[in-house]
Amino acid sequence: MSISEATIDSMIKDLPFPSSTLNALREDVLKAGVSKKEMEEIIEKAMEEYEVSCIEPCDAAGVVAAQSIGEPGTQMTMRTFHYAGVAEINVTLGLPRLIEIVDARKIPSTPMMTIALSKNDPEDYAYHREKTRALAWEIEATKIDHIADVTTDLSQMKLIIDLHEKAMEGRNITIDQVKDKFNEELNVLVNISPDIDNQIVITPGEPSYRELLQLAKSIHNVTLKGIEGIKRVVVRKEGEEYTLYTEGSALRDVLQFEGVDRARTSTNNINEIYEVLGVEAARNAIIKEATDTLREQGLTVDIRHIMLVADIMTCDGEVKQIGRHGISGEKASVFARAAFEVTVNHLLDAGMRGDVDKLEGVTENIIVGQPIRMGTGDVHLVSRKTGRVEPEEIKTEEE
Amino acid sequence: MTKFSLLDHESVPKHEIIAEGELKSVLSKFLIDKEQLPKIKVQDPVSKEIGAAVGDVVKITRKSQTAGEADYYRLVIE
Repeated sequence: MSISEATIDSMIKDLPFPSSTLNALREDVLKAGVSKKEMEEIIEKAMEEYEVSCIEPCDAAGVVAAQSIGEPGTQMTMRTFHYAGVAEINVTLGLPRLIEIVDARKIPSTPMMTIALSKNDPEDYAYHREKTRALAWEIEATKIDHIADVTTDLSQMKLIIDLHEKAMEGRNITIDQVKDKFNEELNVLVNISPDIDNQIVITPGEPSYRELLQLAKSIHNVTLKGIEGIKRVVVRKEGEEYTLYTEGSALRDVLQFEGVDRARTSTNNINEIYEVLGVEAARNAIIKEATDTLREQGLTVDIRHIMLVADIMTCDGEVKQIGRHGISGEKASVFARAAFEVTVNHLLDAGMRGDVDKLEGVTENIIVGQPIRMGTGDVHLVSRKTGRVEPEEIKTEEE
Repeated sequence: MTKFSLLDHESVPKHEIIAEGELKSVLSKFLIDKEQLPKIKVQDPVSKEIGAAVGDVVKITRKSQTAGEADYYRLVIE
């Protein structure tokens, strides 16, 4: 005779399990149909199993995590560039990428965004190729090289820009916009040629060769349209939905665009996520990027180790690197810091300041040759004397 | 265009400021002081969004791949 759903719920309600375990237990029990006695037995067994799989008190979780990530790390390729399955976009992978993540670099070597598009109705951006394409041009930075040929006329002391009509049409930009942009950015005389179609003539402020050559260089850097730093945008169709991938990253700017699904748009630049979405999102990004990097290399590392690393990196409310300027450099103990890097400086500074090391951590206790405060070393036994033990008695026992 | 809340983003978990009473039970559960909690900055975009002040404790309900759902607490600091 099996018990009802409500009884099961009330029986498992107060168990100390995480919700995923509880749900799995509940589902299985409901499917199988058990009696009250069986249920009690199941709970008892589950509790036993759970306690076995919990980490022991005083266990060195950090060291285990470091080794569990470090060992597969030795099998990673040193320098890989890969097209990561995404059309034509180059991203850093393998060991360099993993180092980049734990070093909390401000800008990754290959920043990249995944822009999800809104899909509120069947006519929305995500299902509409033309709309998506147009949005891609709005986002991609357009430079003068994309839409024109630039020639330097040394005899006339001016730059002649021949715009390509087709290229301009494709990127939805007009000759007046180009002219205005140059006016705004360069502080020079910009004229639209009256005789020849689609030609702009730029004359430098003062007629010198140096000015002219400098101008010829600097006009290539002007972003005429789109977001500065987004070098390329690739449109891909995944299932029913169009998604944009970008080379270069500017999350804050992209979130302002109409048609961008702001809840699902993301970047591989963790620092940018921290600035735009906060420290918890940054933690999630660290976990995601690190697991993706390891998985792509065919390595499986338990996610708990990576979660521990991400937690430590974000525990002070900002993303700190694992290293000299982050976790290892901020340890309280002088010895622990000296053991990591730049030994002499740390000892010297500590000596001058008169720092005190309380020998509470692992590293410093190993240095001075004491038992570390981990595992059994962290347990102090205090015995309560019940009766008086005669010294003679002990002596005889020893003999 | 509707106003976008950061909390709607898929990688931002639920943040909420907890009351004094709940804070007490949390601290006594872990046997720690408030200062020993992990931190979140008051300038953090999400802190601003939920209007947290320095000294508040924010409860974060994370979606966890291992535990399903996990509670985390952060103290709001300067």
